Amino acid sequence: MAHENHEQVDALTGIATTGHSWDDIQELNNPLPRWWLWSFYATIVWAVVYCVFYPAWPLVSSYTKGMFGWQSREAIVQDLDTLKAQRAGMTAQLAQNSLEHIRQNPDLFAFARAQGKASFGDNCAPCHGAGGGGAKGYPNLNDDDWLWGGSLDEVEQTVRFGARSTSDNGHQGSMPAFGRDGMLHREEISHVADFVRSLSGLPTETSAHLAEGGKVFADNCAGCHGDKGQGNKELGAPNLSDKIWLFGSSKSVIMEGLTNGRGGVMPAWHGRLDDTTIKALTLYVHSLSGNQHP
Amino acid sequence: MADIPLLSPDLAKAASSSDEAPLYLPRKQIYPQAVKGRFRTIKWMVLAITLGIYYFLPFIRWDRGPHAPDQAILVDLANSRFYFFFIEIWPQEVYYITGLLILASLTLFLMNAVAGRVWCGYLCPQTVWTDLFYAVERLIEGDRRERIRNAKQKLTLALAVRKGLKHFIWLMIAWWTGGAWVLYFADAPSLVRDLATFQAPALAYMWIGILTCTTYTLAGWMREQVCTYMCPWPRIQAALTDEYALNVTYRYDRGEPRGSMKKNETLKLQGLPAGDCIDCDQCVAVCPTGVDIRKGLQLDCIQCGLCIDACNTVMEKINRPLNLIAYDTDMNVQARMEGRPEVHRVVRPRTLFYAGIIALVGTIIITSLAIRQNIYLSVMHDRNPLFVRLSDGSVRNGFTIRVANKHLDERHYVVDVEGVPDLKLDVVGGKLDQQGRPVLSVGPDQTLEARVLVTASQVDLSTSADLHFTLTDLASGEAARAADHFKAP
Repeated sequence: MAHENHEQVDALTGIATTGHSWDDIQELNNPLPRWWLWSFYATIVWAVVYCVFYPAWPLVSSYTKGMFGWQSREAIVQDLDTLKAQRAGMTAQLAQNSLEHIRQNPDLFAFARAQGKASFGDNCAPCHGAGGGGAKGYPNLNDDDWLWGGSLDEVEQTVRFGARSTSDNGHQGSMPAFGRDGMLHREEISHVADFVRSLSGLPTETSAHLAEGGKVFADNCAGCHGDKGQGNKELGAPNLSDKIWLFGSSKSVIMEGLTNGRGGVMPAWHGRLDDTTIKALTLYVHSLSGNQHP
Repeated sequence: MADIPLLSPDLAKAASSSDEAPLYLPRKQIYPQAVKGRFRTIKWMVLAITLGIYYFLPFIRWDRGPHAPDQAILVDLANSRFYFFFIEIWPQEVYYITGLLILASLTLFLMNAVAGRVWCGYLCPQTVWTDLFYAVERLIEGDRRERIRNAKQKLTLALAVRKGLKHFIWLMIAWWTGGAWVLYFADAPSLVRDLATFQAPALAYMWIGILTCTTYTLAGWMREQVCTYMCPWPRIQAALTDEYALNVTYRYDRGEPRGSMKKNETLKLQGLPAGDCIDCDQCVAVCPTGVDIRKGLQLDCIQCGLCIDACNTVMEKINRPLNLIAYDTDMNVQARMEGRPEVHRVVRPRTLFYAGIIALVGTIIITSLAIRQNIYLSVMHDRNPLFVRLSDGSVRNGFTIRVANKHLDERHYVVDVEGVPDLKLDVVGGKLDQQGRPVLSVGPDQTLEARVLVTASQVDLSTSADLHFTLTDLASGEAARAADHFKAP
């Protein structure tokens, strides 16, 4: 590779060769474009500068922090604080005003529902479903049937302290296990199950002993569920005469409840969620079912 | 070893002398000469008008009442609105912008089909700003000869001062370009005041900085390189043009064989062929991209027509017919040489097609703008639960509706629904009017989201029925409709 060959120009392409020649095959000298090369050097410089100022290299138990001390976690916390500051005015109004007042104020109501919806997704959706549609044993919050009452204050009470929860202020009262605890025989349970179905107009077997069932109902059930099975919100006793069934309306499901009892738990959210969040949740849940219970 | 040629000498010579130019030529500095003439005048006028529009448009006011900005053209990103005189566009109406872009590209195609690269030569921002920057350069550093001389001599203090002044003015123009750009995105007079008092948002300064840099670099330094190497249009243009499109053409039928005045006069007297081109190179001297138009159509040529002006100036002086270089077609040059008649066909399938689509798209845009509604209703069915059984056995569906009020005052809308017999409608948070109908009040130029519950008391329902929502403006009676479904067990 003599130096004088360096400037040799390839006849076919008109491009200078590097002077390298292997088996008579020559290498054309097509250097990288200058702008490309300098851009490449610039990226290297940039990388070094970046490593100095920002977190970059993993170490054994830590990492290089960089001179700016920047952290993604801190950036998130900052964003959240900014968000809280932006919402502070509305949040304060939510805290100060009564539920009914908020419901009457379109802007506040919209704010509360938006916040409530987000909080519902985080805390309530696992049991009640994403849209509050409920599931077997978990009440549908979109309908007009409320075990513990559907007014704004009643909903707030239930959200705050729960039902059969660990809170002393929570709703108490559950369906006894009439069969398992030997209070009723299997035949009596069968009769009363037929009677209960008849209360809401559901068809019963022709052989059903409705009269016997009615007697058992009056003796054992009417205390909580009422004479006509209309329910009692103080005790969370469901209305048995409407079309809504928390666990199902088939005879076997009703007998199962009579035998083993029922007692679904709603946790108390007081202390786990702050007051404004509970208020927002209340307004959101209340709005799901419409506005017939102020 | 390296001396062994890869091909036989003859073949190698043939290959290297073929017209395959390398993909990138080292840049040749260009010093365009000043020129006067018809096309130069047109270019000055286009420059004044387009830059005038660009720099001053944001200051035009347009009264829209108290609830909307009074700037004629405003891209209000914060509130996601676009204002154009009497037109206001919401984000969901972005198809108007799409239509405008279709119109713009088709107009470009039509211009190209009629007279080649009119866009490149007269209208393109790169051309306009480069032209302005060249004008500044000429004013300060002198015309072509002086600039070439300056480039060759050593840098003196006087020259350095002049160069510095040029760059300063360039930067001022570039800065003003960036400054005008940000005015389209905020209230222009108050932004100017904020910028001057250093109270404008950082983003505004950043954008001014970016556009100062791009304008200064593109129009001051890169110039014709942008057209030749960066811009895709010359490539696309070549594929879209045809033999009927007018181009800045050197009429070689008249010009060749070229030669000095004296030589060609002598040839003529001898009865030998002699052309009108006296090889004065004025066409090359004035060219802003440094091409020789006499080599024919080429990618670097932006077809600004300045060589026509230069050639005509010379032709006038030597008393020869004008328009040796003119808007013409190669086909006609060929035809004249062969004694065939010229063909001019502006109206042809290509131009008719472009014009037709322009008319069609234009009509669609104008019509839809004229008949578009000022209220808009969208309905979304609850996904979970799809329906709810109420205690009395009736079935209820929940919907989220969004009402857009494009009027610039507050409006009150009656919500109504039909499609299934005996429907009951509840609007959560809505008020009732005297007749008991639910009414939603939406602020000026705003949207409102509301939860709507539709209850059917009828027992035997089909699993899905069509449902029609209607929104009626209490004041004007204007109505918007939306369709959804009523789901039942």
